[in-house]
Amino acid sequence: MAENVALGAEPTKAAGFLNLDQTRQRIKEISDQYGFDVDPDALVEDLPVGVQQRVEIIKALVRNARVLILDEPTAVLTPQETDELLDIMRQLKSRGTSIVFISHKLREVKAVSDTITVIRRGKVVGTADPAASTTELASMMVGRAVSLTLDKAPAQPRETTFEVRDLTVIAPNGQHVVDHLSFHIKRGEILAIAGVQGNGQTELTEAILGLQERVSGSIVLDGRELVGRSVKEVLQAGVGFVPEDRKVDGLVGTFSVAENLVLDLYDKPPFAKGISMSPAKIMENAKARIGEFDVRTPSAAAAAGTLSGGNQQKLVMARELSRPLRLFIASQPTRGVDVGSIEFLHRRIVAERDQGTPVMIISTELDEVMELADRIAVLYKGKLVGTVPAGTSRDVLGLMMAGIPPEEHAQTPQAGTPAATSNAEGADHA
Amino acid sequence: MPDQPSPKHAKDDPRVEDTQHAASQDSPAAEDTAAVVAVDTAGGAMQPSAVPATAQSGQLPGGSGTVLRRIFTGSGIVSVLAVLLALIIGGLLIASTDKQVATTAGYFFARPTDMLAAVWNAATRSYIALFQGSVFNPRGNGLAAQFAPFMETLTIATPLITAGLGVALAFRAGLFNIGAQGQIIVAGILAAWVGFALHLPFGLHLLLVLVAGIVGGALWGGLAGLLKARTGAHEVIVTIMFNYIALYFLRYLLNTPAFQRPGESNPISPILDPSAVYPQILGSQYRLHLGFVLAIAATVLVWWLLNRSTVGFEFRAVGANPKAAQTAGINVSRSTILVMAIAGGLAGMSGVAQVAGTEKVLTDGVAATYGFDAITVALLGRSTPWGTFAAGLLFGAFRAGAVQMQIQTGTPIDIVLVVQSLIVLFIAAPPLVRAVFGLNPRRRKPARAARSRQAATTGGAA
Repeated sequence: MAENVALGAEPTKAAGFLNLDQTRQRIKEISDQYGFDVDPDALVEDLPVGVQQRVEIIKALVRNARVLILDEPTAVLTPQETDELLDIMRQLKSRGTSIVFISHKLREVKAVSDTITVIRRGKVVGTADPAASTTELASMMVGRAVSLTLDKAPAQPRETTFEVRDLTVIAPNGQHVVDHLSFHIKRGEILAIAGVQGNGQTELTEAILGLQERVSGSIVLDGRELVGRSVKEVLQAGVGFVPEDRKVDGLVGTFSVAENLVLDLYDKPPFAKGISMSPAKIMENAKARIGEFDVRTPSAAAAAGTLSGGNQQKLVMARELSRPLRLFIASQPTRGVDVGSIEFLHRRIVAERDQGTPVMIISTELDEVMELADRIAVLYKGKLVGTVPAGTSRDVLGLMMAGIPPEEHAQTPQAGTPAATSNAEGADHA
Repeated sequence: MPDQPSPKHAKDDPRVEDTQHAASQDSPAAEDTAAVVAVDTAGGAMQPSAVPATAQSGQLPGGSGTVLRRIFTGSGIVSVLAVLLALIIGGLLIASTDKQVATTAGYFFARPTDMLAAVWNAATRSYIALFQGSVFNPRGNGLAAQFAPFMETLTIATPLITAGLGVALAFRAGLFNIGAQGQIIVAGILAAWVGFALHLPFGLHLLLVLVAGIVGGALWGGLAGLLKARTGAHEVIVTIMFNYIALYFLRYLLNTPAFQRPGESNPISPILDPSAVYPQILGSQYRLHLGFVLAIAATVLVWWLLNRSTVGFEFRAVGANPKAAQTAGINVSRSTILVMAIAGGLAGMSGVAQVAGTEKVLTDGVAATYGFDAITVALLGRSTPWGTFAAGLLFGAFRAGAVQMQIQTGTPIDIVLVVQSLIVLFIAAPPLVRAVFGLNPRRRKPARAARSRQAATTGGAA
């Protein structure tokens, strides 16, 4: 860790030898000053993400940074870790450091800032007071009034058609990235998979889709086993899939919007007869989808890569929802999407549920999980910590995201207190 | 603060609304878009390490951002300008060795116009000779003879076009096929053997020669694709090695009784049967043969394959973003093998054009340098079928005209190779070409600075 902190501004002894002792000394000073509790000789890769983030902050402080810029620092943290980070920021502020905190999470912004500047498309659209309401801030971000709460009828779950039993995925390095996972989803129900990023969510979705190689256990959709089938067969079984990173997995950026809208349907009628494709039909389909999902694009022939993130996401969603589905999986359905589009995408997801499709949402955003889910399953290190009903409190979910099952912390009356948080950290180290 | 706009105010401000509209309606310049996308996604829900600064620039990953890919699929205007620039520099080189230029340079400061005129003369004389040797020779005896250079250009362009199509097609699927040379050779071996060893009726014999050549090239290319798909062996290395294997295997064969012409000590095969060679389509005064018509057909076919068929859709998807293609259910391995086989088959047509069209025998020079020139041709043609066709014609013209140029003006043939190399050089450096012609977009310093700042802060965040 000391090496990481020294990197880029290495203190040297006479004759240019590295002086790490000096860095260690500085780390201890700063650590004591702010109560960081870090070991300068620990390997950074062994540290939990929350602590890694502190290392970065120490790095800035060692160089006597007077302005600290944090760009979406909370994305990889559990809610409890986030609260700790916000505390650290307040401490730094009180000692004279200026902080620029960039975030799309309005709750955090309101909690920690003194002034809020809203930017949209590279322009400052206004400043606000932290006392401003979330709705006001959201309206500034989008440029029009938005409703942040989703009007969602209660779920009417029917029979179970999708079931995962004892699923294990082994990564190339031999690690069990998904570890004996079992869950099921009923028709007309949204199951949200919550968890801090990197706890097996990606591998879980890839395993369902047939993109992972070392998979054991069973994935059953409508009575058919999906493990061992090709991606094409899985898609043909009626699985709609919105990948977590649309630019990497969901779109071909140099292809036109129209071509991207048939990316996994290009060889099916009416878009193709034999190996001959029908550009007219593809264009027709594009016009319909663009209208239906309000994709803002100069034309159906524009390259998908030139669209804004929100519109790219609508594009992927439009494609996946454009055929009859037996299962809909959306991973990070609104990542990097503007608030206005989020509202729309969420409504589409609920509409799909109401048509009787089992829906699986994978999200690291607790707000999104709580808004959409009918049931919430929490993943931690590839294992299922537990499945809880919608409406479970943020604190309980936060602890589950740190690996503590609900039964355990149900006994501590005040979940989410500092005591419980350090408990969570203990689990992290284990 | 009284003058601080309230959120509501900002929302109602028509200017704000307008700018947003404008931004979303116009098709923004690529650079603007990049900035927008970066702002959209830099965010956060990814671990900082998972979002390298390059991935935030709006370039889509999966190969589309690589330098090689940009070079191969860039704009056609750069191609045209690169040719122009290469010709200008080639002209200066020609002038620099010209006697008249050297003499006039002696009194350059006294009368500079003399030297400039001499430079102009030297260059234009050579290029006029090049033109006369490749397109139209006004001194020819009758119209037929006047157009003979053009027919020669088409003849030489034939193998360049088909092999170039092979390289271009593979490139569209994300594969850098250096192996056209080897594919031409293997096709030549099979086609020639069918041509001189079997004795079949007219029509059938030629058809079999063609099929043998295409199959030979397809196998040689498909094998490289198979190795890539199954073992991950890099296609560049595999195809380069396959070129050597094919060449030395050919040399070995030409010294075996099965291939060596009886009573001949040189490594040369028997002449192909008359029933096994391409007919000369415009009469016997030109070398132009049926292979050129097939090259046109191949261009049409490749265009259709790429733009109108599901197979081509798969190729292009795999080439532009293999991860997204895989997620959409496209079998990337199958695409890799198939595209290399088709590319090999196209190069194989060049092999057939050589042994059944122009040469009518098999020697170890059957492929000449067509396989390597094909890479340049595909490059110049931006990997599009018709671009490759045009580039093939241009290179055919260079080769055909170079001889005439040397005869008429004493300019060495090698200058054509210099011009060809300069073309490649300029295509590889589009900003240089645009700078020379003053086409570079105005640098927007603030935008760039903002973006690099953004990258820096993201890295520092976690």
